Amino acid sequence: MAQLKPGSRLKSAVCDTEVMLIAAPGGDVDVTCGGAALVGIADEPPAGATLASDAADGTQLGKRYINEAGDLELLVTKPGKGSLASDGTPLTVKGAKPLPASD
Amino acid sequence: MMLLEMAAQGFGSRVAIQNGGDCLSYDELYRAAGAAAREFRDSKADHVSLLDVSSLAVPVALFASAWAGLPFVPLNYRLSGPELAALMARINPALLLTDDERASNLRTPAGIQVRGRDSFLEAARSATSPESNDWETDPDAIAILLFTSGTTGIPKAAVLRHKHLVSYILGSVEFGAAGEDDAALVCVPPYHVAGMAALLSSVYAGRRVVQLANFDAQSWLDLARKERVTNAFVVPTMLAQIIDALEGQTRADLPHLRSLSYGGGKMPLSVIEKAMALFPEANFTNAYGLTETSSTITILDPDDHRTAANSEDDAVRRRLVSVGRALPSIEIEIHDEAGLPVAAGERGEICVRGEQVSGEYLGTGSLLNEAGWFPTRDAGHLDAEGYLFLEGRIDDVIVRGGENLSPGEIEDVLLEHEAVADAAVVGIPDERWGEGVAAAVVLKTGCQASDEELKDWVKRHLRSSRVPQQIGFRDQLPYNETGKLLRRRVREDLAGEA
Repeated sequence: MAQLKPGSRLKSAVCDTEVMLIAAPGGDVDVTCGGAALVGIADEPPAGATLASDAADGTQLGKRYINEAGDLELLVTKPGKGSLASDGTPLTVKGAKPLPASD
Repeated sequence: MMLLEMAAQGFGSRVAIQNGGDCLSYDELYRAAGAAAREFRDSKADHVSLLDVSSLAVPVALFASAWAGLPFVPLNYRLSGPELAALMARINPALLLTDDERASNLRTPAGIQVRGRDSFLEAARSATSPESNDWETDPDAIAILLFTSGTTGIPKAAVLRHKHLVSYILGSVEFGAAGEDDAALVCVPPYHVAGMAALLSSVYAGRRVVQLANFDAQSWLDLARKERVTNAFVVPTMLAQIIDALEGQTRADLPHLRSLSYGGGKMPLSVIEKAMALFPEANFTNAYGLTETSSTITILDPDDHRTAANSEDDAVRRRLVSVGRALPSIEIEIHDEAGLPVAAGERGEICVRGEQVSGEYLGTGSLLNEAGWFPTRDAGHLDAEGYLFLEGRIDDVIVRGGENLSPGEIEDVLLEHEAVADAAVVGIPDERWGEGVAAAVVLKTGCQASDEELKDWVKRHLRSSRVPQQIGFRDQLPYNETGKLLRRRVREDLAGEA
């Protein structure tokens, strides 16, 4: 996958999942959902792609997903059936660090 | 728009915004924003402006502007006709939402289309579902233009882009964090950054917003009680008025109020100490931020408040008058006049860096330096633990015989005197020193103090150059409606007396 910039919006090629990129390591990043590479929010998903059965645990709305190194972070803006992974390793939900409401 | 879409997906049937007996759920707000966006696009205006108090039309217009890809420009309805005309000329062509009475008294330049708030809202609410989710998604597009209060000159139009606001929300709010019964009382006007930030934060958290269009302390207390408000934000002058309205009571009797946050001006120690006693169940948070930083950049959290209030250590206790520490997504440094960072405890200009920081004005561009720091023009210092103390505006520094004096430092000492309720220190023209120190002081009801006594008090705590050469006693100090001290008026007043 091409280089990504924080703030970019992407979607799954095989389910309803949509994400926004919060943080990304420099260089090429490989992120998949449901086993297929994410595509740009306005792009047509490639024809024929289907949800891989070993990557179908689902995504949760409003949760942040990170890789093991902690340099890749995605926010799920629309949930779906696929699960997110980078370089073949599933992303995990980042624990929330609550701040007091300030406004 | 992304934030609202997420909220509508996550908790669509919850009440999003409530005004009196009327309300909008997240689903309804989303649909109304889609319909209003169509109207905005069809109008061919370049901006959507609002000249009105808080109403359900405010969130609809805010999100519809984002949907249509147009900047939303809330204007200060307390400005005079000529002042408003000058601001409108800067956003022409625009669609202006206002109430019918204001519309009839308003002289608008050609190119400004006036739209009545009630009929706008009715049309947006009665529309069918949006045909598609065709909102603009450019993170660099302008979301909100806010005119600064212009206490020192012509108002500047601060530019907040979608990327700044989204960074602020994602950096400070967890999606859907609010419980079903949470409600935030919003009493700051829509033209203030805190009013905008409160809407965005509450929508993303899933917290019901209860609007109070015109603040007065008794209405605030009544509404908070009736609506079982759990969260509220006030500026210091509002909190002082709320405390006055509770006179004679030992506690406020608002058992649902869990979180009371404040900011937008200097909070006197006596006010916050009284408030903590009157609202024993509430968690207090002090938030410091600027329009140009998309609202909050530091917070003094509830634990900080309790630790400071209960501490025997003066340095820790003093943190109650600090504005706390930087948000995790924000960096703060104090810079000297050469732009270099200074050590803890040293005074200088507060500089801030982070994704939510815009530091940009329409027409003049970005004030961020090459390394991304925004100079706030606020003076202050950090303590060893990173707590930030404000010391007024850089431009308010008094230069007396070549020595730079901070009004805030002198004000703090005056405010510690048992008879002093409020104090403002300004520089006045002085033949010998260039500038001299003058103070306007408000005494507490029933208390007495002579100007000699107050001068002695300052002399005992600070170097003699800081002792006011002139003290004027006043019934009250001039503040604007959002709690900002109008220093220029104090200066004119005291200089006229000298």
